[in-house]
Amino acid sequence: MPQNEYIERAQKLHGKRLDTEERARKKAAREGHKASENAQNLRGLRAKLYAKDRHAQKIQMRKTIKQHEERNVKGAAEEKDPANPIPAYLLDRANPTNAKALSSQIKNKRNEKAARFSVPIPKVKGISEEELFKVVKTGKKIAKKGWKRVVTKPTFVGPDFTRRPVKYERFIRPMGLRYKKANVTHPTLNVTVQLPILGVKKNPNNPLYTQLGVLTKGTIIEVNVSDLGIVTASGKIAWGRYAQVTNNPENDGCLNAVLLV
Amino acid sequence: MATVAPPPSKRQRREEVERATIQQDVTPISRDDLGSFKANFVDSDGNQLTNVIEINFGDATEKNVSVLLNTLLGRDRDDFTPYRFRIHIPGKDIIVDQYPTDLLALLQKHGVTNPFETTITLSAEPQSVFKVQAVSRLAHRIPGHGQPILAAQFSPVSSKLLATGSGDNTARIWDTETGTPRHTLKGHTGWVLGVAWSPDGARLATCSMDKTVRIWDPETGKPFGSDLKGHTKWVQAMAWEPYHLWRDGSARLASAGKDGSCRIWIVNSGRTEHVLGGHKGAISCVRWGGTGLIYTGSHDKSIRVWDAVKGTLVHNMTIHGHWINYIALSSDHALRTGYFDHTKDVPATEEGKVEKARERFEKAARINGKIAERFVSASDDFTMYLWDPTNNSTKPVARLLGHQNKVNQVQFSPDGTLIASAGWDNATKIWNARDGKFLKSLRGHVGPVYQCGWSADSRLLVTGSKDCTLKVWNVRNGNLAMDLPGHEDEVYAVDWAADGKMVASGGKDKAVRTWRN
Repeated sequence: MPQNEYIERAQKLHGKRLDTEERARKKAAREGHKASENAQNLRGLRAKLYAKDRHAQKIQMRKTIKQHEERNVKGAAEEKDPANPIPAYLLDRANPTNAKALSSQIKNKRNEKAARFSVPIPKVKGISEEELFKVVKTGKKIAKKGWKRVVTKPTFVGPDFTRRPVKYERFIRPMGLRYKKANVTHPTLNVTVQLPILGVKKNPNNPLYTQLGVLTKGTIIEVNVSDLGIVTASGKIAWGRYAQVTNNPENDGCLNAVLLV
Repeated sequence: MATVAPPPSKRQRREEVERATIQQDVTPISRDDLGSFKANFVDSDGNQLTNVIEINFGDATEKNVSVLLNTLLGRDRDDFTPYRFRIHIPGKDIIVDQYPTDLLALLQKHGVTNPFETTITLSAEPQSVFKVQAVSRLAHRIPGHGQPILAAQFSPVSSKLLATGSGDNTARIWDTETGTPRHTLKGHTGWVLGVAWSPDGARLATCSMDKTVRIWDPETGKPFGSDLKGHTKWVQAMAWEPYHLWRDGSARLASAGKDGSCRIWIVNSGRTEHVLGGHKGAISCVRWGGTGLIYTGSHDKSIRVWDAVKGTLVHNMTIHGHWINYIALSSDHALRTGYFDHTKDVPATEEGKVEKARERFEKAARINGKIAERFVSASDDFTMYLWDPTNNSTKPVARLLGHQNKVNQVQFSPDGTLIASAGWDNATKIWNARDGKFLKSLRGHVGPVYQCGWSADSRLLVTGSKDCTLKVWNVRNGNLAMDLPGHEDEVYAVDWAADGKMVASGGKDKAVRTWRN
């Protein structure tokens, strides 16, 4: 997951190649030939992977075709009552209820006291400070002192962060390992949206990691859900919700999280 | 270092104390030499009320002018009616709705070069003599329903009884004074989509997803007669016959729903009198007017007007571009409450009741001395139309433009001078009922506004929204009078009792809430 839109930026600055469309068209036109060649000539593990991929593609294609066929059928759709009772003026309306269902579910869950502190990933593997921090040894004076550390795991750094003067900077959080957005999944609705991170609420390993904004598996982050239109009980739009990181971002290069309800 | 001022000297301190103790003379230099104007009082139909009288600008506050008009009309102090005035700017077509604090400045702003000695027309609108207090606190949270509450209505008799319909297939009657359930009306096999009290308060009708309408006796909670079967799909709208039109010793009830037909039932015998067919889509709203016309608005984009006695089609209006969501009559409040009014004296005889109900209807529907029952239709095409079916047939009086999304509900104020519309664009808008002009927008909700309800004195409006709150608005200045959070989920139904004491609301969180001041 690129953390910046560098391709778009480059295109905005310098424009596209003049023959972009032509190349894209030709590439698309060759696709069938390429697929055929691969299917015939690949051997071993590659062939296996290729076949698996192609199999999934074909299933998807069939599904799409079926959907189109269903859409073309004329006649009344099958009538069925919505699951939740709704007033007369909302009947027959195609309601975008997902975000709403999400918020009511959160409320219902809150009522069950036991569920209040439960999280999807209850136990995490401990991460020692030796693993997380690398001692900076460059430079004469710094090597002598040996108190400067580089954080080796992905971090979230707030938008208003300014670095301290180099002389006093104890922890360095590398730019390449910073994340601003997370792919947040709603557990029961099975929808995933990319949301901006607002902050790191708790890293279960160490309070210091929380302070540094280290993102490891099991970390609770706060994400910005204002786009989903969830409303609080007092009638204001809910802004932040907590989510738990479900993957090892250092291995995957992306940050996946599950919303806590 | 900043320079620090020395502490005040003794003399300065003494003078300060003196200035604080002696009351300043704040009477204006002279209010008499502001000049005067001639006031010509007319009623809302344009008829002159009294002779032209000269008023000093210094004294021309709205309250003073109101007292003056009452005195000129020869009323006793006890019978004074509060008035609001609209100012017609002389020589122009402009009418100012809001009475200013400084009348002279207003006239000069509108380019009246010499306001002195000119005749200014003031149209006087009588206000209700009683005042409803804005509800401010949660009186009761009454759990009981097992599913979301889909409809709520107060009894026309008093705010003591409240009926709600729910998704748990029951309707319930609540005693709002004690916050306890009175009766559970079981019988429906589908969600109860609507509840409607008869104008005399002696019957309750419920309509349901199970294609039937049921009539109940609210005193005992027992069904009255058997269920009214006939619709082929769910029933979502009902309207009782206005009390002064009841014939043959029985009330009638119109019900309509998804199947596009509107059926008129004779309540006492449970027989179908007419089936009004013709709509091609679901009927979303039905209204029974005091002149014997039935109005139906449908998802097939048309509004049809029917003759209730003969069961024939009178008009078909197809001007809207999308579904009709709601129809409101200018006499809705009078028809709903029948012969009950704020004085609480109910006529003893049957004839007296009918007469009083008729009188109240005619008072509500009279425009320029004629009975002109108007209605306004709200639609999914973001607009509303104002109609005058008795006099102006199929041409709309005005088109009400301004909402930026679907308009879900529209309500006439009880005195018939204002229209409130609630829309999916999170706004409630206030319109002039006479000419359909836009007056103001009430913004504050962060979700679609589903329902709105007027207080009986037309001064306050309550709105319920998807954002889990109710809000009470002061209609005159458009300010938020009270924000009422407390619901845990969407608010589906809101009703303000006819006597103004209480607001009831219900929604997805399954508990009925009543609010009072």
